[in-house]
Amino acid sequence: MSVQSPPQPPPQTSTRTRLRLERRMEQPRWLNILAPFILIIAALLVGALLLSLTGSDPWLIYRRMASVAYGSKYGWSDTTIKATPLILASLGVSIAFRMRLWNIGAEGQLYMGAFLATGVALNVVPPESPMWLMLLTMGVAGFIGGAIWGFIPGLLKAKLNVNEIITTLMLNYVAILWNNYFIYGPWSERGFGLTPQFPRNAWMPRFTDYATAVPALRGVTAHFGIFLAFFLAIVLWVVWRWTKWGFEVSIIGDNPQAARYAGINLSRKIMVVMALSGGLAGLAGMVEVSGVVHRLQERFSPGYGFTAIIVAWLAKLNPLAIIVVSYLFAGLLVGADEIQPAGIAQLLQGVILFVVVGGDMMLRYRLRVTH
Amino acid sequence: MRHNRSWLVLGLLVAVALVFAACAAPASAPADTGGETAAAESESAAPAESGVQIPEVEEGKFNVAFVYVGPIGDGGWTYAHNQGREYLEEQMGDQVATAYLESVPEGADAERVIRNLARKGFDAVFTTSFGYMDPTETVAEEFPDVDFVHVSGFKKNDTNFANLFGAMEDMKYLTGMIAGARAAEDGSNRVGYVAPFPIPEVIRHANAASLGMRQTCPECQLDIRWIFTWFYPDLERQAAESMFDAGASVVITGADTPGPVQVAGERDLWGVGYDSSNACDVDPEHCLTVPYWNWGPEYVHLVEQMMAGEFTGADIYFEVDSGALGLLGFMDGQEPQPGVPESVIPQVQEILGKMEAGEFTRFDIFTGPIKNNKGEEIVPEGVTLTQSDLEGLSGIPGREDCTICMSWLADGIVPDAEIPQ
Repeated sequence: MSVQSPPQPPPQTSTRTRLRLERRMEQPRWLNILAPFILIIAALLVGALLLSLTGSDPWLIYRRMASVAYGSKYGWSDTTIKATPLILASLGVSIAFRMRLWNIGAEGQLYMGAFLATGVALNVVPPESPMWLMLLTMGVAGFIGGAIWGFIPGLLKAKLNVNEIITTLMLNYVAILWNNYFIYGPWSERGFGLTPQFPRNAWMPRFTDYATAVPALRGVTAHFGIFLAFFLAIVLWVVWRWTKWGFEVSIIGDNPQAARYAGINLSRKIMVVMALSGGLAGLAGMVEVSGVVHRLQERFSPGYGFTAIIVAWLAKLNPLAIIVVSYLFAGLLVGADEIQPAGIAQLLQGVILFVVVGGDMMLRYRLRVTH
Repeated sequence: MRHNRSWLVLGLLVAVALVFAACAAPASAPADTGGETAAAESESAAPAESGVQIPEVEEGKFNVAFVYVGPIGDGGWTYAHNQGREYLEEQMGDQVATAYLESVPEGADAERVIRNLARKGFDAVFTTSFGYMDPTETVAEEFPDVDFVHVSGFKKNDTNFANLFGAMEDMKYLTGMIAGARAAEDGSNRVGYVAPFPIPEVIRHANAASLGMRQTCPECQLDIRWIFTWFYPDLERQAAESMFDAGASVVITGADTPGPVQVAGERDLWGVGYDSSNACDVDPEHCLTVPYWNWGPEYVHLVEQMMAGEFTGADIYFEVDSGALGLLGFMDGQEPQPGVPESVIPQVQEILGKMEAGEFTRFDIFTGPIKNNKGEEIVPEGVTLTQSDLEGLSGIPGREDCTICMSWLADGIVPDAEIPQ
């Protein structure tokens, strides 16, 4: 099968039958709106088939998953905890994707953000300083950590035209190993793969911390990082919609040649966009260590940076849709983790992801047989 | 045109991301003791006896939940814990119901999972990996009516949160005696040890093995390889191969898979497994023994305490006389493996007998004079290490600080070996 995106007339001389993947020229509006729902229902049906093959009742399991993830305030709290880093990292990759810069290094950028935030919390800001100062410094450090990790491939892309897919992917591994060196070495607590716990004022406030004032919040362990995620999603929405900068980024993505003729400094934009993209992923790492883990430890991220790519794609890079899709994915992650054996849960997650993404592809493209 | 192709590229990237997300999600951090990263991909094919299960409390019973770091089919650490859970169900009959969650990543996910179990109404929760320590402590504070036991850590509270571990070093000592006798008989005078992490527990076990080895083979040296993982079949095999290449005729593994035993079989040499009593099954001919965990009796003991309302926060560190530690081939009803030299069998049986009677403990192993692998005296004559020394504890509230902390390699380990960092 040859994959060619532009619909061109087939060469007159060719007599072979070919399958071609073509982008649908126009998608009806109803399809755009209905698509996510169709896809999710299709995915659940395929998953149900699979579950019934294992001899269990899919309806019961789906009901349980939904009630675990969305059925109570605790469920919403857990789902919010997962959604927070997902939203931030997805916003991060979506910035680069807007410009058609394929930053798949969000996982590494997230780790570097967490790394620098941890460094600040443990070694720089005095533990007795006020919480706002501590968190602000950690946030800035987290952003910078991720931004550096995004800037490096941006610089290589801008100056040497090095493929950013390769560099961002590889830097993921560098970041994870870099972290491992510190958590087993200089920052290790007694040789284990983790740092000492942060001082209390480096913990992002959680809703449950206010349970004395509002008893209903007891046990709601979601943290205030979610406000940051919502805020930045709105900021980004405004940027894309209303600012010249956002417009330029989109223009470059659509047509870099035209952008250059229009006098946009391309290489500078690449570096800035990659740094911002990485910076947001770095913030995701910072809120995760500050709000949830309270220390840096090995593999604290269950692949948020990779899942973020999928979220950004399904949300069509729309910052507000990213919030919705992140909550759906977070619910899937939370709902699945009580299903035993654990392999079934992961299989189900995999099938749902596959059907949703694959189905989305089929809605955007169509197969054409040509002779 | 470019636009279209770009979306296609992104589509392919998403497909790649799917693979990464799928691989990254179930991976968990290594545990203190034999925690294995979840080999979850292969687990999806595991037989689901009665389909998919969701842990639920059963009315009228004492409900106990177990949180596992790996899949129950890992044939090692988690397998051994799950055997213990089944033993608990058998022993307690109708009074107790158990449930488990496998492959739970350490860190943030663990806290959520543990909290949900407590919220559901489980009467007790056992968490079986080092990385669950802080999450268990946090949830124990929130649910004072639920009893919590954390395996392999060092934290506790005054009421409902205890930590549990055992003197595996005793069995490692006996293992060292067997391996030393074997190496002496082979004429190699060299034994290897696959060491997962440079943490006090692993160092303690390797030191005990070395001291045991020197009992039966004073000329023997213990080679050591640090692999920085509990569960990584390839690395475990490579470490064993490299030590066989360096002249060892026996390799003892401190990690979780029987890979080193398989390598021993391929070389027609000797291996020693770890964690669960079935670790020799891959190649019994070439497997000398396995020091293994037998959690069942401890679980029963603790659950009985809980049901009687006598459970309280404590540091529980069991010895061989608890029945919770085993040495394959030497326990009741077992025969030594074929490769164990005849001469060493009575010696091992004698010390094991003393251990079972409570007359020989970890403190007897770690009583001076003991030198380090550079020939410097570490433990003077007549001095016995304390529990804090053995666990390398310092700065832990409620525990005394170590003075001769477990950060040295014992006599018998090759002189140029170092503890990393």
